[in-house]
Amino acid sequence: MDEVLLRSLTPSVLTVLVRRGADFAAAEDAVQDALVEAVRVWPADPPRDAKGWLIAVAWRKFLDATRADTARRRREDRLDEEPAPGPAPAVDDTLQLYFLCAHPSLTPSSAVALTLRAVGGLTTRQIARAYLVPEATMAQRISRAKRTVSGVGVSPALGAPPGRRLGEKPRARGRFDQPGDVATVLRVLYLVFNEGYSGDVDLAAEAIRLTRQLAAQVDHPEVAGLLALMLLHHARRAARTAPDGSLVPLAEQDRGRWDTESIAEGVEILQAALARDRLGEFQAQAAIAALHADAPTAEETDWVQIVEWYDELARLTDSPVVRLNRAVAVGEADGPRAGLAALAALDASLPRHTAVAAYLHERDGDLATAARLYAEAAQKAPNLAERDHLTRQAARLNARRCR
Amino acid sequence: MAKYLLLKHYRGAPAAVNDVPMDRWTPEEISAHVQYMNDFAARLEKTGEFVDGQALAPEGSWVRYDGEGRPPVTDGPFAETKDLIAGWMIIDVDSHERAVELAGELSAAPGAGGKPIHEWLELRPFLTASPTITECTFH
Repeated sequence: MDEVLLRSLTPSVLTVLVRRGADFAAAEDAVQDALVEAVRVWPADPPRDAKGWLIAVAWRKFLDATRADTARRRREDRLDEEPAPGPAPAVDDTLQLYFLCAHPSLTPSSAVALTLRAVGGLTTRQIARAYLVPEATMAQRISRAKRTVSGVGVSPALGAPPGRRLGEKPRARGRFDQPGDVATVLRVLYLVFNEGYSGDVDLAAEAIRLTRQLAAQVDHPEVAGLLALMLLHHARRAARTAPDGSLVPLAEQDRGRWDTESIAEGVEILQAALARDRLGEFQAQAAIAALHADAPTAEETDWVQIVEWYDELARLTDSPVVRLNRAVAVGEADGPRAGLAALAALDASLPRHTAVAAYLHERDGDLATAARLYAEAAQKAPNLAERDHLTRQAARLNARRCR
Repeated sequence: MAKYLLLKHYRGAPAAVNDVPMDRWTPEEISAHVQYMNDFAARLEKTGEFVDGQALAPEGSWVRYDGEGRPPVTDGPFAETKDLIAGWMIIDVDSHERAVELAGELSAAPGAGGKPIHEWLELRPFLTASPTITECTFH
């Protein structure tokens, strides 16, 4: 059984349930139950219409749960008025679900968890393992996130879910249709992609899948830009780490191990997006990644163009991290002195500032300073691979100087 | 999205504001303290921020390799060890600010006289897995 195919049906099945009037949180539980049932039943008895099967089973689970809940609360069984399960609508509108799961009222970690479950169809256990937290913690994070957004409503077009809980703050409905909210969805998907490769779920691949699904739903250059960026970075994945797990810097990577198919797809998507002439930060980042991917050797990298793209990116985001990366690019395009001059204008407390300084000083031939700064940067590194890489750089220079 | 370790020390931390050893508290004060710690952990579970919490016995020993075919050497405990860890809590939070906020709450656990201990907790970020998109020279 194709688990990814099964999970790819999650958002549309959930959307159907919500459109039929099911409360989002209850519908999401019902869809999860249906997915579990599918994993159990399908290998022996595959359905002809997978989506129809899931909708029917999820709807039944929803009715069962709601009936049990209603009976428990000794309420009148109002479900007799619910519409009977019908055929799945031909038009898929899962976009609103992406918006809901990335709603600004959620913290980033909640939005990520909810997106992976409600849109990605992953189980709570899989998400918990991917983020290295106990399953109970992740379950709470997800149910809180569902409570937070359940008062929000998916969109006016999908019909408002039943009443809010007492004490819950009223929230504006219908804001999901504003185009600006695509940015919040993209930030969540970017977070998922950037999480790395821990756990048995490949979060980077999952982020690409979800972004691809989103790109099929919405015609937006930045969605395309993010998809291109992910594909271009993912293409280098095999070359980024040595067999012992240590980091291989871009300049030293075996470019023969880059995934050319993924690069070609990323470049094509990016070019189509750029042609729309609505530049955004993900397109600009993807352009930089594409220029790296395009160079047959590190020496042939078009650093002048990369600096120009960093200028664009700095205009778009005004991010100090971007200016730090720009300093590296300037160091390559115009020489290490120019890079150091660009670096001098930046706040020294920026993450990786010391690492960049070390690199530029080494290129400038000041090995003693470079070695000292590499060691200092290692102390401040935010992750193990980077710390070890920087420590090795310091050790390499110190060994050379002692000879 | 970032894990932090909250370290509680038997000794080695700067002195707390309400610095009375636990054996001088009343039994009710001890119960109140334990309850506070349990409630704190339970609340973090509910917010989806709890990862782990453990307490350590104060007495431990030092162990080291002593060569091929030989049993490890053990030594200690050393009474003079300056830094003695009492236990930890691991949290998974969205920001450093949130980690500081939670550490502050944990430090407010009641001690002697039912008043907050104001003990110093050590807050240490985890080194994370390497992100997919690293900038600069690490692409």
